[in-house]
Amino acid sequence: MIPELGNFALIVALLLALIQSILPLIGAHRGNATLMAVARPAAQGQFAFVAIAFGCLAYSFISHDFSVINVAHNSFSQLPKIYCLTATWGSHEGSILLWALILGFWTTAVTVFSRHLPDEMVSRVVGVMGLISVGFLAFMLITSNPFLRQFPIPADGNDLNPLLQDPGMVMHPPMLYMGYVGFSVAFAFAIAALLSGKMDAAWARWSRPWTTVAWMFLSGGITLGSWWAYKELGWGGWWFWDPTENASFMPWLAGTALIHSLAVTEKRGAFKAWTVLMAIAAFSLSLLGTFLVRSGVLSSIHAFATDPARGVFILGFLGVVIGGSLALFAWRAPRMLSGGGFTWFSREALLLANNVILLAALGTVLLGTLYPLLMDTLGLGKISVGPPYFNAVFVPVMAPAFFLMGVGPLLRWKQASLPDLATRLKWALAISLAVGLIVPLTQKGFNVWVSLGLMLSTWIALTVIEGFRERLKHSQGGLFGRLSGLPRSYWGMQIAHFGIALGVAGITVVANYQTERDVKMSPGEHVELAGYSFVFQGVSQVPGPNYVAARGEIEVSRNGSRVALLYPEKRTYNASGMPMTEAAIDPNFLRDIYVSLGEPLDGGAWAVRVYYKPFINWLWLGGALLALGGFLAASDRRYRLSLRKAVASVYAQAGARA
Amino acid sequence: MKRWLPLILFTLLSAVLYVGLHLNPREVPSPFIGKPAPAFTLPTVEHPDKTFSPAQMQGKVWLLNVWAPWCVACRQEHESLLQIAQMGLVPLVGLNWKDKGREATALLAQSGDPYLACAEDLSGMVGIDYGVTGTPETYVIDKRGLVRMKHIGPIDAEAWENKFMPLIKELNR
Repeated sequence: MIPELGNFALIVALLLALIQSILPLIGAHRGNATLMAVARPAAQGQFAFVAIAFGCLAYSFISHDFSVINVAHNSFSQLPKIYCLTATWGSHEGSILLWALILGFWTTAVTVFSRHLPDEMVSRVVGVMGLISVGFLAFMLITSNPFLRQFPIPADGNDLNPLLQDPGMVMHPPMLYMGYVGFSVAFAFAIAALLSGKMDAAWARWSRPWTTVAWMFLSGGITLGSWWAYKELGWGGWWFWDPTENASFMPWLAGTALIHSLAVTEKRGAFKAWTVLMAIAAFSLSLLGTFLVRSGVLSSIHAFATDPARGVFILGFLGVVIGGSLALFAWRAPRMLSGGGFTWFSREALLLANNVILLAALGTVLLGTLYPLLMDTLGLGKISVGPPYFNAVFVPVMAPAFFLMGVGPLLRWKQASLPDLATRLKWALAISLAVGLIVPLTQKGFNVWVSLGLMLSTWIALTVIEGFRERLKHSQGGLFGRLSGLPRSYWGMQIAHFGIALGVAGITVVANYQTERDVKMSPGEHVELAGYSFVFQGVSQVPGPNYVAARGEIEVSRNGSRVALLYPEKRTYNASGMPMTEAAIDPNFLRDIYVSLGEPLDGGAWAVRVYYKPFINWLWLGGALLALGGFLAASDRRYRLSLRKAVASVYAQAGARA
Repeated sequence: MKRWLPLILFTLLSAVLYVGLHLNPREVPSPFIGKPAPAFTLPTVEHPDKTFSPAQMQGKVWLLNVWAPWCVACRQEHESLLQIAQMGLVPLVGLNWKDKGREATALLAQSGDPYLACAEDLSGMVGIDYGVTGTPETYVIDKRGLVRMKHIGPIDAEAWENKFMPLIKELNR
């Protein structure tokens, strides 16, 4: 009964989405206020019904209703409750439902926080988002219905993929999707502006906080995903340039470019066409990512069952959404006159350079991701593109962006002076060069990449400090008071930039100085690595809720004193018989000790992998700072003021109705 | 013209993606095509005291089907294999790959044994020699012991009609 209700709710949601997109768009075109008034209630109703459908699916999972095919394939009677809930979006069908749910959530958020916008704009934005909802709901009902039943009912399920049974996976997909789908708001604003033909800076001002929030979620989601891979895959790697990772990284790059060009469009009225194009690109890449992951055109650790019908549907949808919006862009582009001139050395010019670099970096990732497919399509053979390509191409492309990142925020709009800047930054430059040249000398063999990485990282960190120093120079009062007087958007930018500095340092050090050993160990044997001694105490069998674990015990000590007792596990899941590696980590600010169990060998011996990973946590910390920076920027006073007004007007209306 | 550029690029990309949809990224060509099938001698699942080696099949066209009891797709394929065995057109030899739980004997006894013989590759080393990328996979080996084709994934009716039958007929000529 409950799954049928869910199915019915999806159908109602699809009908509401059709109303939500067609009527308000016609209304906005004709200036008909009655039709435009449909936008908000239709969007909220659509969200409510998708939420009901999602609730029904979650209920089916939690109540172990194995008559639902999706539940039978992705759940198991012994599966812990929290993973029953996350299994709701662990499958192809469920993750599309999550997509639709989050899209409904963002649309509803737009309807609530847009009271100060003209009705015409809101109608168009909500209408465009409705069209996207139509696509996803129809996709689900036609090719990927999560509520299909089967008879006879199997006695038990196949279990959720053990890889997904990890705390990191509880939050990773919803956060990632909040980011992906959140770019639909900026996209809808851009399309609304194109449709109206009024290409002033207003749409940029309105879509800026939305974009920043989406970017915050995407940054957090990518960081969590990377942390999950590090913990769960047992190889100590944290980024694999896997097509699916790239699928989330490309919208992030485009989104980062968008955030920066939106700032220019809002403040200076420049880059109008470019910003619209970036808004289209960020969301298009989100959709493309969904296509790549869901259609099975690329093989990836995340690949789900291949079904060409699904791929054809998404591709068609992609064609309509992306092709349609790019055509609209080409048609309207001549109307977008850029305002506000600037010289080659100004904040605008540097932000443009930053955008071009980010786009070039994006291009290298896109090319690397699609190249195997391109070769295969042209019949030129099967190849795979791996980390060596990406590291060789992506890193050098990004290096100038990191350098410019330090300079941009210190420049004035319109026109800046190079000699003046050189005086302000010569100390930062000197220290960065010194750090980059001296620190690698303390290690065996001078490494140019380490030198470059540390130089850029120090440079970004120091220019952040210089930025604060200059902002505070002319203000009065105590340091704390002066710091808290700075706008949150400024804090957000600086913290995010500092996060990049930490991330660059972490990546540089861990990629070049990590050490590892892969050894056969019998109980009582020990191995030395990076000054630490690892003693293998043996393996015991430990039952888990839905698995049996061989749990190793490894004592880590340094200079005779114990540092940690680590318990890496090799789990065998009851339903699938799939073995899973659960690494054990002793973290601290400067390094991780990472131990994982390989295969059992004869005579009680095991293959054991031990890693010493310096500075790895700077990477996650950097990612967390990106998200924090995004949060601060989006919660800036001017947005909070308009938010308060919006909430007040919602209450006022509710009061008037009552 | 410049403003149409994004649309043109996207159209080209869509064309590539459309063609790509109909290709299988997992179908990696085997470097063994046209080369002798790697030799091995392994005990069989049916009679652990007897062994099987490809040399015994000299002069025959035969299929080597790599499978495992823990592999869900292999269970789907099992029905087709039984039909193929019944047709008697071509001998079918199994390679039971990395069967740590030793479930194959019971499974074959219970749901039927399509194989002339099923070699037991417990360590997985023979599979590695053949370049197995996953189960199930099936190799067509000719009278001189050369690998002529590798099929990745379960053999379904379409693959049997269009890929296996024509090749087997030609090799038997």
